[in-house]
Amino acid sequence: MSGVRVLVGTRKGAFVLESDGARRDWKVGGPYFPGWEIYHVKGSPADPNRLYASQSSSWFGQLIQRSDDGGATWTPVGNEFSYAHQPGTHQWYDGTPHPWEFARVWHLEPSLADPDTVFAGVEDAALFRSSDGGATWTELASLREHHTGSAWQPGAGGLCLHTILLDPADARRIFVAISAAGAFRSDDAGATWKPINRGLRSEGIPDPDAEIGHCVHRLAQHRAQPNRLFMQKHWDVMRSDDAGDTWREVSGNLPTDFGFVIDVHAHEPETIYVVPIKSDAEHFPLDGSLRVYRSRTGGEQWEALTTGLPQRDCYVNVLRDAMAVDSLDACGIYFGTTGGQVYVSADAGETWNPIVRDLPAVLSVEVQTFL
Amino acid sequence: MIRVVLPAPLRAVGGLPSEITLEVREPTQAALLDALEARYPVLRGTLREHATRRRRAYVRFFACGRDLSHEPSDALLPAAVACGAEPFVVIGAMSGG
Repeated sequence: MSGVRVLVGTRKGAFVLESDGARRDWKVGGPYFPGWEIYHVKGSPADPNRLYASQSSSWFGQLIQRSDDGGATWTPVGNEFSYAHQPGTHQWYDGTPHPWEFARVWHLEPSLADPDTVFAGVEDAALFRSSDGGATWTELASLREHHTGSAWQPGAGGLCLHTILLDPADARRIFVAISAAGAFRSDDAGATWKPINRGLRSEGIPDPDAEIGHCVHRLAQHRAQPNRLFMQKHWDVMRSDDAGDTWREVSGNLPTDFGFVIDVHAHEPETIYVVPIKSDAEHFPLDGSLRVYRSRTGGEQWEALTTGLPQRDCYVNVLRDAMAVDSLDACGIYFGTTGGQVYVSADAGETWNPIVRDLPAVLSVEVQTFL
Repeated sequence: MIRVVLPAPLRAVGGLPSEITLEVREPTQAALLDALEARYPVLRGTLREHATRRRRAYVRFFACGRDLSHEPSDALLPAAVACGAEPFVVIGAMSGG
């Protein structure tokens, strides 16, 4: 029987939401790791029972948890994220040099082929890899040591590497995004990196050819079209058809093009979803009306999806890792809010229902599909 | 025998008892924490930074009614802690919501 397992990271623990393919009746598990910030939980595509979770707190630092039974039980694994070589400095908010310091793991991306291999995107921005199920972690240092690294500056949320895309068509190709350095691509399994920010425009960066400095909030990719990337930037929704070499804006008729999440329909590579947020100063929906916007044309033309979502007095945010899609025939779309709601649409966005309404602030949402 | 009391969030992570007893040859804070981390590797990085071995900013050490957080790591622990009469208490600083 088909079904889904939704993995939710929140400010105060993790939750596992399960349903059959109808996605109407839900079993809510958790909180796991209560009281801890769970930035991200994700399952291995190669073994759906293998899950990884990033658990952290300001008091006791970073832990990585691993489950080998689909989240029923968890074991803490390695938590040492040591920068390779002499870390050096990046730029601080005021432009002065600041030592590179590990703060937390924002995102865990399991390998597409090997359950024991998993990548971690961390703050201060760096990419780590484990090949032993999370027991030990090694930095792919050439990213942070890129010649632009000393000029990277943090966004308001910190200098975080928050997006990792593993190319399904080319095992050596990796995309990452860093706030506020921009997007980068490796074509040699992380040995070397190239900034891929040509075409991005940001207020305060007058140089149209600036290699870095753009506050990329999220990248998304469809498995069938891996060279086509979509980006929610600080402001602007962007699209690339050449693996990030060039970008063009596709914000089109969006009521505001600020936001954090972006994702792609599981079966329609040109159908994409965003949740517009009023502005960088007002992190909530326009007019108190929570609307998902869908484009079936890969951008430019957008339609508001509102059925089942609160259309008044709603002032939540949807953070960058808090949207996901399942791969059932009728594609399911999921997102979580800082108000603790997790919404599901079992019909590609036409109608929405809350799975839960009162969790702690949601930091991340991932979905596993069982066909 | 030194007695150690850990805060609830860390006991939950490791499935640890409410009070831990450790044999430490030289009763200093560093030796005690080394022994604690050796017995329970899950605690590595949670009390002290991995690289620097410095106490994490929001972790505090108390014993015998005193805040030992700023004591040198190689200073001897109070005699009452060293002999097990009083516990060495780790707490998370009051902060946040």
